[in-house]
Amino acid sequence: MINWFYNKMVHDTRARDVILVLLVTVVIWEAGVWFFQPPAILLPAPTDIWANFMSTPETFLRHMLYTLSTTAMAFAISVVLGVILSIGIVQSTLLERTIYTLLVALNSVPKVALAPLFVIWLGTGLEPKLAVAVMLAIFPIVIDTVLGLRSVDPDMINLARAGRASNFQVLYKIRLPNALPSLFAGMKVAISFALVGAIVGEFVAGGNGLGFLVLVAQGQFDTTRVFVSLVLLGLMGTVLFYMVDFAERLMLPWHVSQR
Amino acid sequence: MSSAQGCSAVASASAIPHLAINRVGKVYPSPHGDVTALQDINLDISPGEFVSIVGPSGCGKSTLLKCVAGLEDITSGDIAVKGTPHDGPPAALGVVFQRDVLLDWRTILDNVLLQAEFLGLKRADYRPKAQQLLERFGLAGFEDRHPWELSGGMRQRASICRALLCEPELLLMDEPFGALDAMTRDDLNVELARIWQGTNKTVMFITHSIQEAVFLSDRVVLMSRSPGQIVDIIDIDLPRPRALAVRESAAFGEYTHRIRHHFAELGIVQE
Repeated sequence: MINWFYNKMVHDTRARDVILVLLVTVVIWEAGVWFFQPPAILLPAPTDIWANFMSTPETFLRHMLYTLSTTAMAFAISVVLGVILSIGIVQSTLLERTIYTLLVALNSVPKVALAPLFVIWLGTGLEPKLAVAVMLAIFPIVIDTVLGLRSVDPDMINLARAGRASNFQVLYKIRLPNALPSLFAGMKVAISFALVGAIVGEFVAGGNGLGFLVLVAQGQFDTTRVFVSLVLLGLMGTVLFYMVDFAERLMLPWHVSQR
Repeated sequence: MSSAQGCSAVASASAIPHLAINRVGKVYPSPHGDVTALQDINLDISPGEFVSIVGPSGCGKSTLLKCVAGLEDITSGDIAVKGTPHDGPPAALGVVFQRDVLLDWRTILDNVLLQAEFLGLKRADYRPKAQQLLERFGLAGFEDRHPWELSGGMRQRASICRALLCEPELLLMDEPFGALDAMTRDDLNVELARIWQGTNKTVMFITHSIQEAVFLSDRVVLMSRSPGQIVDIIDIDLPRPRALAVRESAAFGEYTHRIRHHFAELGIVQE
C-alpha cells in the first residue's frame, strides 16, 4: 500500500507539478511582499499568515473541519440524489418534462441569493448550509449524468435489444457505465460548488466554519486572519478536487482521458 | 405457410425456410411526405444457407436487416422465422454490426460473455465456449485485454465471437467488414467462410462489396434504391471450401461481372 502510493507520487508527474506550482507561487509572493513592503492590512506575507495560523491552530482546524464536513455531506447528497434524478429523467418522459425542466429553470436563478431564504426556512444550523451547497452542486451532476446516460452508441442499444436484454440490463450494463466519465466530470465541478455553497451558508448564518471566521476577521480588519482562512479554503478545495480526480483514475482506467 | 405444409406429405422441417420474408414493405413518415424504404421484399432463406444482400447505400438493405432482427417494425407484409411469424427479436439470433460496439470498460472475454448475460444465462457456463471461440478467431491470449488495446480487425473478430457465443441459428451481419482495410477484410472473409462451413448456421450478410458477396455466399440478392427493392437473386455455384484464389477464377469473374453489369443497367454504377 505504502509502496504503491510512493510509486504513484514518483511516477505521477501531474501531482508533482501541482505541488511545484503552489510552492513557486508562495516563494514569489513572499519575495514580492519583502521587496515592495505593502501595508499588512492589504497584503500579509506567507510567513505572517503561517505565524497567525500557528498562534491558534486548533481554532482554525475546528472551523475547517466544520466546513469540510458540510461540504462532504452536501457533495454526497448531491451525487446520490443527482444520479437517481438523472436515471429518472432519462427513463421517463414525464420526469424529463417536469423535473428536468424545473431544474434547468431553477439553474438560471442565482442560487447564492437564495441563502437568506433558507435561513428563514431552516434556521441557523447545518440545514441551510447543506441546502445551499446541494442546490449548487446537484446541477452539474444532473446535467452531465443525463448527457452521459443518453450518449450511448445506438447500435449498442440495438445489439442489446436483439440479444433480448431487459431495460434494466441496458441501464445497468450499458448506460450507467457509459455515463461514469460524465458523472465524474460533473463531480469535479460539484465538489467545488459544494464548498462554495457551504461558505455562503456560513456567511449568512451561524457561528461555525471558515466562512464565519472570514466574516469575523473582516469585521476586525484582521487581514492576516482572513488570509489564513482563505488559504485553508484553497487547500481544502484543491485536495477535495484531486480526491475526485484520483477516484476517477482508479475507477475509469479504461476511459480515453486516462489511457 | 400452413397450406404449403399440408399439401406436401414429404415436406420435412428443412423444407420450411429458416427465414421467410413475405411482401415486406417499410414506409417512414417524414415532413416531406412518406418515404418508402422497402417495397415488396420477398425472400426465403433456407436453413444453413449463406445469403448476401448487395446494393448501393440507401437501398434499404440495413433497414431490412433491422426489420428481420425485430429492431424495426415493418409497415406491410410479414416475416416468419421457422414458420412462425416473428414479433420482436427472434430467438437464437446473433447480430454483428459495422462498428464492433464493444464495451470499453469490459475485457474482451467479458465483452463476449455479454451475450449470455443478456439472455440471463450463467457466465461460468459459457466461459469455456467463449475462450474456445476467441481461440478459433486468433484472439487467444487477448482475453484480458480491453477493446482499445486491439486493432480494428481484432475488435471485429471479438464482436463476431460475441454474436456466436450462445449458438445462434440465425446470424445477421450488417456490413461487418465495411470499416476494415482491404487486407484485414480478405483475412476475415476467409475466416468467416471457414467458420460458417463447420456449422449449420443461416447467415444474412449485408455488404456493398460485390466481390465479398460472391466469395461468401450461396446466393446474392441485388437491391436497388428509391424505393428499396430486390432486383435480382443470383445463385453462386462455386465449390466449397473456397480459398481467396477462387476470386481469380473465370467463374468468379463472371459472377461479379454479371452483378456489376446489372447495377450498371440500373444506373447505379458506371461500367
